[in-house]
Amino acid sequence: MDRDDCAGKKQEGFSVARMLEERGVSRRDFLKFCSTVTAAMALPATMAPKVAQALDKVQRPPLVWLEFQDCAGDTEALLRSANPTVGELVLDILSVDYHETIMAAAGHQAEANLEKTVKEFQGKYLCVVEGSIPMKEGGAYGCVGGKSHLARAKQVCGSAAATIAVGTCASYGGIAAAAPNPTGAVGVKEAVPGATVINLPGCPCNADNLTAVVVHFLTFGKLPALDSHGRPLFAYGKRIHDNCERRPHFDAGQYVEHWGDDAHRKGHCLYKMGCKGPATFHNCPTQRFNEKVSWPVAAGHGCVGCSEPQFWDTSPLYRRLPNVPGFGIEQNADKIGLAFAAGVGGAFAIHGAMNALRKDKEPAADEETKEGGE
Amino acid sequence: MSEKKFKQYIWELPVRWCHWVNVLSIVVLAATGILIGNPVFIGSSTDAYLMGWIRFIHFVFAYAFAVSVITRMIWTFRGNCYAGWREYFPFMGAAGRKEMKEVFDYYTFRSKHPPETTGHNPMAATAYFVLFLVYWFMILTGFAMYAEHAPGGTMHSLLKPVYVIFTTQQMHLYHHLAMWLIFGFVINHVYSAWLMDIKEKGGEISSMFSGYKFTTSPYAVCKSRHWDFFPWKKKK
Repeated sequence: MDRDDCAGKKQEGFSVARMLEERGVSRRDFLKFCSTVTAAMALPATMAPKVAQALDKVQRPPLVWLEFQDCAGDTEALLRSANPTVGELVLDILSVDYHETIMAAAGHQAEANLEKTVKEFQGKYLCVVEGSIPMKEGGAYGCVGGKSHLARAKQVCGSAAATIAVGTCASYGGIAAAAPNPTGAVGVKEAVPGATVINLPGCPCNADNLTAVVVHFLTFGKLPALDSHGRPLFAYGKRIHDNCERRPHFDAGQYVEHWGDDAHRKGHCLYKMGCKGPATFHNCPTQRFNEKVSWPVAAGHGCVGCSEPQFWDTSPLYRRLPNVPGFGIEQNADKIGLAFAAGVGGAFAIHGAMNALRKDKEPAADEETKEGGE
Repeated sequence: MSEKKFKQYIWELPVRWCHWVNVLSIVVLAATGILIGNPVFIGSSTDAYLMGWIRFIHFVFAYAFAVSVITRMIWTFRGNCYAGWREYFPFMGAAGRKEMKEVFDYYTFRSKHPPETTGHNPMAATAYFVLFLVYWFMILTGFAMYAEHAPGGTMHSLLKPVYVIFTTQQMHLYHHLAMWLIFGFVINHVYSAWLMDIKEKGGEISSMFSGYKFTTSPYAVCKSRHWDFFPWKKKK
C-alpha cells in the first residue's frame, strides 16, 4: 500500500494513520513496525500489508489493565519498551480506560471509568491482568476500591472479549503462589474458568509479545493459536535451549563450571550452572528484551525458567535438576540414588555371605511332579 | 549329587534376544544418561560435538530399548507359556502361590530347600512386572523429553498425557531417579541369578544364552496355566 492510499482515508474520528501522523511517526516507521510484529507472530512476510491494513481500519477497542498481587513489573516492562510505536499502539490505538499505575484519574472517578467500560462495552473490551488472584478466605487477601481481587476478576475478565494474562503471576499464580501459598494465589484462568484467557508468562512478560498479541487480535479479531498452557505458540512454541546462541557450546561439551571461570568469560554453555533453557519454552533468544539488546543467557546468567508453571517451586536456580521432594535441601537425586544402590548392594552382599555359609538340602524330585505336566 | 536332570527348552529366541538387547541398552542408556545429566567431559573446541554424539547414542539406544520392550510384550501373547503374560502374576494361581512361598522361605533363610523353578522364579516374575512399569515410565518420560524439540509434532501430540501429569523439570528428575531404581533391580537380579544358578543347579544363567534349563522332573511345569484368584468366582 502506498501513501496516497492512506491519505485518501480521511475518515471522521479516529484513524491510526492520522494519529501516528500527529505524533510524528512516519508511514515508513509504521510499516516497519507492522513487518516486525508480523515476524514476531511467526506469520509470513506477505501478511505484513494485511496487518497494516487492519491496523488502519481499527476502531479503538477499550482496554482495561487490572493489577492484582503483582509487582507492576510487567507495566514497567511495557513502559520501558524502547520501540517508539509500541507505546503508541498499545497505549494510544487502544483506548486505555483504566490502568492503576499510569491513569490520571483516582479514587471513585477511576472506579467509575472501569464500571462504565465494563457496562458499555460488554464483551468487546480487552482486559490485561497483571498479578495473581488470592482465592483463600473468599478472596480476602487483596482488594481495590472495596472489592476483592476475585470479585473484580470475575466481573471484569468474565465480560471481556479476551483477557491477556501478562506475567507468570497472572498466568499461573507465580511467586505469590510459591509453597505454602498462604493466600491461595492462582492465575486468571483458574480464578475465572469461563473467561477467554491468553497467558503471556515471563518475569516480566516480553512487551513485544504483548504487542504482537494485541495486533493479532486487532488484525484477525481473535487470539493466536495457543499451547496446552494457554500460551501463544508464536512466542512459546520453541524451547529456549533450541534457539540459544550458546547451544553450539552445549553440543560441543564446553561448559561453565564456576562463575567467572575461563569458560564463563568465553561465553560457554551455562547448563552446569543450572540453566533451565532445556526445560523452558519462550522466544527470549530470538525476541530478546529492551530493544533486542540482550536476554539473561546472553548476559551470562542461566535461564531460571520463569515462564514455566511452578518454576518457583520445582527449580533451584543454580542446579540443573529439582530437589527430591521429601528430602533435605542438599540431597540431590544422584546422592539419594547412589545411597539406594549402595544399600541394595550391601543387603545382597550380606545375603550372599549368609548363603555361602549355609548348607542346603538337595532338591527332592518327588515334589516337582505333583503339579502334573506335559 | 548324582541326581538325574532333564533338559527343558524354556526361553525362546525372542525372549533371549529381548533380554540381551535390554541389558545392552540399559548399560548404554545409563552411562550416556549420567553423562548428559552431569557432563564431566570437556570439549576442546566448539566443533567437538561431544555432547551431541552422547545424546545421539542415548536416543538411538532409547529406540532400541523401546522396540525391545514392545517386542517382548507382544511375545507375552505369542510365545510359549513361560513367556506368557500370566507368568508375571504368579500369585493368581495356587501353584504359583505355593512356589512363591517356597522361594520366599528359601530367600529369608526359613527353609533349607532350594526351590526348583522351571520358568520364572515367582518372586522374580512379580518384580519383572514392576520393572515393566518402570520401563514404561522411562520410555514415556524419555520420549516426552525428547519430543520437546518439536512441540506440536506427532510424538509430542501422542505423548500429551505425560505433559499433563509432569512438568518438564519433574520429568527430568523422575527419569533420573528411576534409573537408580533400575540399578537397584540389576544388583538384585544378577545376584539372584547367580545364587539360584549355584543353589538350584538348573543352569539358571546359561539358560539365558541357550534357552535350556535342567529340572529333576521329566515334565516341564508351567505354573501360570490356571488362575484361581478371582474372589467373585466360587470354588467348586
